[in-house]
Amino acid sequence: MENNTLDKAVSADYQLGFEVDIETDTIEAGLDEETIRFISAKKEEPLWMLEIRLKAFKKWQKMSEPHWAHLNYEPIDYQSISYFSAPKNAPDSLDEVDPKILEAYKKLGIPLDEQKQLQGIAVDAVFDSVSVKTTYSEELQKHGVIFCSISEAIQDHPELVKKYMFSVVPMTDNYFAALNSAVFTDGTFVYIPKGVRCPMELSTYFRINALNTGQFERTLIIADEGSYVSYNEGCSAPTRDEHQLHAAVVELITMKDAEIKYSTIQNWYPGDEDGKGGIYNFVTKRGLCKGDNSKISWTQVETGSAITWKYPSCVLKGDNSVGEFYSVAVTTLAQQADTGTKMIHLGKNTSSTIVSKGISAMKGQNIYRGLVKVAKSATNARNHSECDSLLIGDQCGAHTFPYLESKDNQGQIEHEASTSKISDEQLFYLRQRGISEEDAVSMIVHGFCKEVFSQLPMEYAVEAKALLNLTLEGSVG
Amino acid sequence: MLTIKNLHANIGDNKILQGLDLTLEAGKVHVIMGPNGAGKSTLSKAIVGHYDVEVTEGSIDYKGKDIVKLPAEERALEGIFMSFQNPTEIPGVNNAYFLRTALNAKLKHEGKEELNAAEFLRVMREKLSSLEMKTDMLSRSLNEGFSGGEKKRNEILQMLILKPDVIILDEIDSGLDIDALKAVAEGINSMQDGKRTFLVITHYRRLLDYLTPDYIHVLKNGKILKTAGVELVDKLEEEGYDWIKAE
Ligand SMILES: Nc1ncnc2c1ncn2[C@@H]1O[C@H](COP(=O)(O)OP(=O)(O)OP(=O)(O)O)[C@@H](O)[C@H]1O
Ligand SMILES: [Mg+2]
Repeated sequence: MENNTLDKAVSADYQLGFEVDIETDTIEAGLDEETIRFISAKKEEPLWMLEIRLKAFKKWQKMSEPHWAHLNYEPIDYQSISYFSAPKNAPDSLDEVDPKILEAYKKLGIPLDEQKQLQGIAVDAVFDSVSVKTTYSEELQKHGVIFCSISEAIQDHPELVKKYMFSVVPMTDNYFAALNSAVFTDGTFVYIPKGVRCPMELSTYFRINALNTGQFERTLIIADEGSYVSYNEGCSAPTRDEHQLHAAVVELITMKDAEIKYSTIQNWYPGDEDGKGGIYNFVTKRGLCKGDNSKISWTQVETGSAITWKYPSCVLKGDNSVGEFYSVAVTTLAQQADTGTKMIHLGKNTSSTIVSKGISAMKGQNIYRGLVKVAKSATNARNHSECDSLLIGDQCGAHTFPYLESKDNQGQIEHEASTSKISDEQLFYLRQRGISEEDAVSMIVHGFCKEVFSQLPMEYAVEAKALLNLTLEGSVG
Repeated sequence: MLTIKNLHANIGDNKILQGLDLTLEAGKVHVIMGPNGAGKSTLSKAIVGHYDVEVTEGSIDYKGKDIVKLPAEERALEGIFMSFQNPTEIPGVNNAYFLRTALNAKLKHEGKEELNAAEFLRVMREKLSSLEMKTDMLSRSLNEGFSGGEKKRNEILQMLILKPDVIILDEIDSGLDIDALKAVAEGINSMQDGKRTFLVITHYRRLLDYLTPDYIHVLKNGKILKTAGVELVDKLEEEGYDWIKAE
């Protein structure tokens, strides 16, 4: 296959790059204690929250940006970012939400007005620094499920927030987590009570709109004993020449016999083929399987962002607990992804599965970085890891860094890795059967990602497939 | 049906076909025999537009136009099918899904209605049993881990489903056991309708015994050096190709 054909196939235009023109309340760029007091005051937070933020800020100031990842980017100037931007007149009811925002979400395929809400999916819509709308909240309340913005949770459920926030990702876990702890603006809070199987899919859609602002959201999901929830996260941002920072923290906690299934479809603006613009995505996601027989499953489809730095992890504390990580990461244009997972085995008979599929095209760089750690206490731990890379064209790259730390040699740990290219032979075979080159590429790529897509809830699997097609569109022609 | 005139084709710097002429007639079974490395596979690849083969001179006329510059998928959609000597494996691509995509692409090209999943499965079941293939072949990845014989049967399955007009079978008989050979031959015969053209490349008569060849062509020195009836096969089996010289 000729190279320019390939390039065309993988350089489809970003589809969600529109921007809405609304009046916002945006603070000036810069970060100091005053900024943090401003954010906290804007959110009318209780004092304890402000104190935590200030403490995190002090610690962050003493930390330095990590550079161990296999990533190349211009230094981030933390003083040139605005840390708060919200649509003016934060609405109390949907009628008051700026119609332009509703329109924006509609364009993204997420209608928020009552009649048109997505069937069976409750949505929290986060626009820049604030949650503009959470659908189906009341219906979920009937089941005892709390689904609201993190700002509301701080007001209405302080006991839960105090108890669990920072319990999985400590304030000083890493540089970006510390920054997030100081300046986080909104995000989603979920609590599933004992024995409840959440009756619908929960989801959050993050949208960056304002210029020069960072988005720092914080998500906390607690699944109490014997409960189950499937949660999904999506995101996008306008096409801009400037880089924008997104530094989120997600904490998951499962009690005894509980399960959280967390899926992400990440489609932040990736920048252009010369690496101009695009989101810097520095995210800390971690789940704690606190109770015995509990399970946390991460599934991610990463197609966007200029830079991705992200390792959704599981701490398997409860005996017999299970951690899973299924990932498809696509890097095309000049995108760079350093992503993977950590599975920390502490409890007995804990098991983890890692399936990572990296696809690189054009000048994309794809790194898998994974750690499997087995503590002495984790007798009979099991892990299976599979890391496959698919290269399209010859300017892209893929690397795998699997780390293993085991204090216990009774465990069973398997690692498989492969790197392949879409071969001319495979493409020709399909074309000889009347399938266009573009469809042939897409068929081979989907085949490659199958194991991961099959983990996504159905509605999202469809979306992920379509997104993958768009991302790789034009690699042939 | 398909007329090749003065075809010159290279693979890399090697001149493989050098002024080859061949006319495939509608409704006939053409057989090509010839020594290893003579260019039989190269000829089939030139007809289907394979990326390895560069046509430097000559023409391939099909349905009233020269197809030498036509992309491979368009030739396929126009009804030219080739079974591969070594079918490639595509991990994760479900065989049934692939077959249905290919069939629907063809139906769409012909302006016909696409088959829904149920109709498709019904058709598939029927064809599978005629080829004595297990139904689980449908749910497996395309050719992945298939045995040599299974791959060949899968090629024939695609032929039966796609119903092409020009059918090129490149050593479809190699690696087949007796039962498979019969099943494959029956599949080929079932496609004969007096209109379709077959181009069968083989080294042995055992497949030909099950078919009704109309012409035997010998490809050697980059050309078709001899064309005769089926009686030529016996002579070739006894004497080989040395005696064949340009006429
Ligand atoms: N990809 C390739 N690169 C270099 N040479 C090639 C390539 N493919 C084929 N050839 C050469 O072209 C010539 C013709 O090959 P071809 O496969 O057409 O022969 P064939 O008649 O089909 O032989 P066989 O009976 O062994 O299948 C051979 O000398 C072969 O080595
Ligand atoms: Mg050959």
